[in-house]
Amino acid sequence: MWCIVWFVVMAPFFIAGVIKLRRILAEHPEQKMIVALSGAFIFLLSSLKLPSVTGSCSHPTGTGIAVVFYGVGVCAVLSTIVLIFQALLLAHGGFTTLGANCVSMGILGPLCGLIIWKLVRGAGAGAFISMFFAAFIADLMTYVVTAFQMSLNLMTAVNADFMDALVEMLSIYAVTQIPLAIVEGIILGMFAHYLYTTRPEIFEITDANKLNPLSVEA
Amino acid sequence: MADSKMIYVAGFAVVFVMCLCIFVFTNGDWGGSDDSGGEAADDYGYEAWLTDWIDAIYGELPGEIESLLFAVQAAIGAIIIGYFIGVNSGKKKALASQQAQ
Repeated sequence: MWCIVWFVVMAPFFIAGVIKLRRILAEHPEQKMIVALSGAFIFLLSSLKLPSVTGSCSHPTGTGIAVVFYGVGVCAVLSTIVLIFQALLLAHGGFTTLGANCVSMGILGPLCGLIIWKLVRGAGAGAFISMFFAAFIADLMTYVVTAFQMSLNLMTAVNADFMDALVEMLSIYAVTQIPLAIVEGIILGMFAHYLYTTRPEIFEITDANKLNPLSVEA
Repeated sequence: MADSKMIYVAGFAVVFVMCLCIFVFTNGDWGGSDDSGGEAADDYGYEAWLTDWIDAIYGELPGEIESLLFAVQAAIGAIIIGYFIGVNSGKKKALASQQAQ
């Protein structure tokens, strides 16, 4: 049941993202490189399985740049491309869980990151600090949402107590993720600073980027 | 420029120290948290309704091949980022050279 639910939740964001992406490429072809760059960070960082303080491994998500520049819809599309690559070639994630993974990694986690970006940037912080917090929250919230999804599944499938399952899943996913989210925040923060010092005009894209996750304005 | 250098040096230093601490002070078998989540679900008595269908197509991937494919994924990302930085740097130099002339 949850397989279908998460695909249904994902669908409007994904469709809005495809429409927005087509408009960006048609109306602003000069931004193709930034779009590719946004996807490249998701490709690179989500492939790096890193050890964490819990004695377990996990991977960053790399969605910070994509969501800050192009919003939730485009981020969902780019994340889905990476998730399909991993599901098809690595059996990592999988196709039946694609909707759930896209909702956590491509939609809700990055949406939280974008909200933080708008708040911190609006408060006058620089590119490094703003991107650090946006990437940190996007990464961490991805795994918090995953823990919620797993707990909901366990509650309905085997009548597990939701709160017990949630605490256990958060301890597995979210705690492991904290140091990795900090590392991701620093790396993307440094890249945002590099962009700001070399091509500050690029950040006009972020100002035009809407918080509305279903926005299709290019 | 001095601020930029400080940000890059401090940023890489923090990442390096964090990685070092994780390796030195943490005892773990470094299993994936994705797998740990699945195992925790198994402990609740959850049985997945569809598993490992991809294994039927091309068998279970050996660890080396899995690492290779993850490396390919990382390389795709790194090549694009490197290309962007290269083009950016080239444009900056060309602009500086034009202005000097």
